[in-house]
Amino acid sequence: MKLNGAAILIECLIEQGVGTVFGFPGGAVLPIYDELYQRMDRISHVLTAHEQHAGHAADGYARASGKTGVCIATSGPGATNLVTAIATAYMDSSPVVFITGNVPQSLMGTDSFQEADITGMTMPVTKHNYLVTSIDRLAETIREAFYIARSGRPGPVLIDIPKDVQLAETEYTPLSGEALIPQLSIKKPLTQLRPEGEALEMYKTKAQPRLEKAAQLIAEAHRPLIYCGGGVALSGAQGELMELAERIDAPICATLMGLGVPAGSERMLGMIGMHGTHAANIAMQRCDLLIAVGVRFSDRALGNAAAFAPNAKVLHIDIDRAEINKNVSTTLHITGDARVVLDLLLSRVSQKNHASWMTQARSVEEEQAPSERFEPRQILQSMAKVAPCMTVATDVGQHQMWTAQHFPFLRPHQLITSGGLGTMGFGLGAAMGAAKGDGEGRPVTLVTGDGSFRMNLTELSTIAHYSIPVIVVIFNNGTLGMVRQWQTLFFGHRYSQTTLDRGPDFMKLADAYGLEGTRVDSVEAFAAAFEKAYASGKPCIIECMLDIDEMVAPMVAPGSPIDSFCLN
Amino acid sequence: MYIQTDNHPRYTVGVLVDNEPGVLSRVSGLFFRRGFNIDSLAVGPTQDPEVSRITLVVRGDEAKIEQLVQQLYKLICVQKVQVMSNRNSVERQLLLVKVSATVSEREGLMRLVDIFKAKVLDVTKNSMVLQVSGDNDKLASMLSLLADYGILELVRTGVVALERGDGVMTSDIFD
Repeated sequence: MKLNGAAILIECLIEQGVGTVFGFPGGAVLPIYDELYQRMDRISHVLTAHEQHAGHAADGYARASGKTGVCIATSGPGATNLVTAIATAYMDSSPVVFITGNVPQSLMGTDSFQEADITGMTMPVTKHNYLVTSIDRLAETIREAFYIARSGRPGPVLIDIPKDVQLAETEYTPLSGEALIPQLSIKKPLTQLRPEGEALEMYKTKAQPRLEKAAQLIAEAHRPLIYCGGGVALSGAQGELMELAERIDAPICATLMGLGVPAGSERMLGMIGMHGTHAANIAMQRCDLLIAVGVRFSDRALGNAAAFAPNAKVLHIDIDRAEINKNVSTTLHITGDARVVLDLLLSRVSQKNHASWMTQARSVEEEQAPSERFEPRQILQSMAKVAPCMTVATDVGQHQMWTAQHFPFLRPHQLITSGGLGTMGFGLGAAMGAAKGDGEGRPVTLVTGDGSFRMNLTELSTIAHYSIPVIVVIFNNGTLGMVRQWQTLFFGHRYSQTTLDRGPDFMKLADAYGLEGTRVDSVEAFAAAFEKAYASGKPCIIECMLDIDEMVAPMVAPGSPIDSFCLN
Repeated sequence: MYIQTDNHPRYTVGVLVDNEPGVLSRVSGLFFRRGFNIDSLAVGPTQDPEVSRITLVVRGDEAKIEQLVQQLYKLICVQKVQVMSNRNSVERQLLLVKVSATVSEREGLMRLVDIFKAKVLDVTKNSMVLQVSGDNDKLASMLSLLADYGILELVRTGVVALERGDGVMTSDIFD
């Protein structure tokens, strides 16, 4: 059938199984929104208040659902507003397809109204991007974009479609199943799906020597430690990872993005890094074999790279070859999908017993002085008691680290957080996307700070309008707490521009948006409010009044060895 | 990442890329943001109209070059990357130079043209345009000799290189 470019785009989205898109209309995407209007029975659209949050919503949707998120914005400012969301998705390997309109090609390059070179701007923060110059390439480009976004190491892909391409017509043939997989000019690990059948046999042959060596390293190790990252969650390798830990009798530590993988296991020492647990950070420095799976050795996890895991041989398993030897030199690496590699490795390692190492690693005490104050740990523990499996999104700052430390995550992707880019303002969009991405419509909690929340509270109108079940828990300490913490520790208590003594009154704000708001200053009041909110399944705000000098501990100063704590 | 790499060895890197708009920008942008210094860059089509070949000369230690190769592979438009050493490859660069040359100086210049197997492309009363090709060392010594006459303007293509022998550019990207 003959369709215009805008219609082909929407049909291609439906073809990919996209049920929900997030976005904001504008002049250069009018044809797209017109075709969307005519297909509202087959695809739904969430209108946000700002393009950035539509981008974060698509990202949150992708993380929660395991599908590819989709976000649409217009040319110029609509497109540039997406840049932060795109960079956020890129740093955390989240599969999102961003679609922008652009001015007609006849006007491109003339500085016309709302024109921006968004492909040029987003090259460094996309896995790939496209400027579609001909209607003949449109359907193929969209299929390729979806494939690239979710294959290999996932990531965002942007498609910029000039208005004349949206309006031009061509023959469109719907495709499904295998036919949707594009013929890329070259196959690379980066753009490959998990190997199966013949591809798996080929992979086995190639990987064999490295797998043998890895098995040998494991056999020789006395103090192995598994270091688990977001790649394990993305590849769905938690079962294999836990089995390996049992088999080789090793403790596990996780990165921020890997939390929830080693769920409820006694082997889990906690998060590694700047705000990691004593047990995890100390084990890192004592281990003699570090088995790093799906991690990228971020500086926030490493502390001082030169002093990192000084006694250990490093076995690095990752799908992205460029991560190998990037920040830390490895003894041996295996490039590939974590689930496939761990599965192949499991067949080569025998049962080990490292009882004394396990005891040593686990015996490190965490200092958790009981507190009289109303403090973050109590809030998070009380939240987990009510809804242990609930998806929790965060913004960025102290509340994010407290959530990572004190909420016992039980499954991969239960925590939705901006780990790599550290985007304040990520949370509300991401939480609403995650709630839309939850097949059963269960509530999602956003833990945010008063600073972060002021960057995205405009989306309260969106969650209110669509009744998206997001419980907004604001940790209000009247300051940009993480920055204040650094000013306390490293800048002589000079609180430059971090005190937030200027409102708004979040309860009045909730009222303005027609949401229920509760302000609490005790853990009992919080528990009651949260229980009620969770049961209601309605969006609402719970504001927790915290002390301005509450700190995130433990802490390792940036650039210090990971076991040299400046706060306990 | 932004480490001064001037004292490090030179590597010549051949890159096969999709012949599409924006590819050069993707490759050069990557070099800039990852902190690699490019000494020279040359690009042109190959025998396959859908494939272009970029030749880069970069400096860095082995780890840095490994990282560069792997980062290049992450670009969807990059098909193959090959690091060439001086021993196993031939490389050439073309230089056009406009030299100040009075009538009395022409003869001396012509001797240099002869020695360096250069070509004279244009002559006026006051200047000559010469074409010289060769490796870096040859061009450098030609330029130092021409400096005595006065170099008015010069342009060079950047290094292009091919591996010696029958082999053509292949790469196993698994490792």
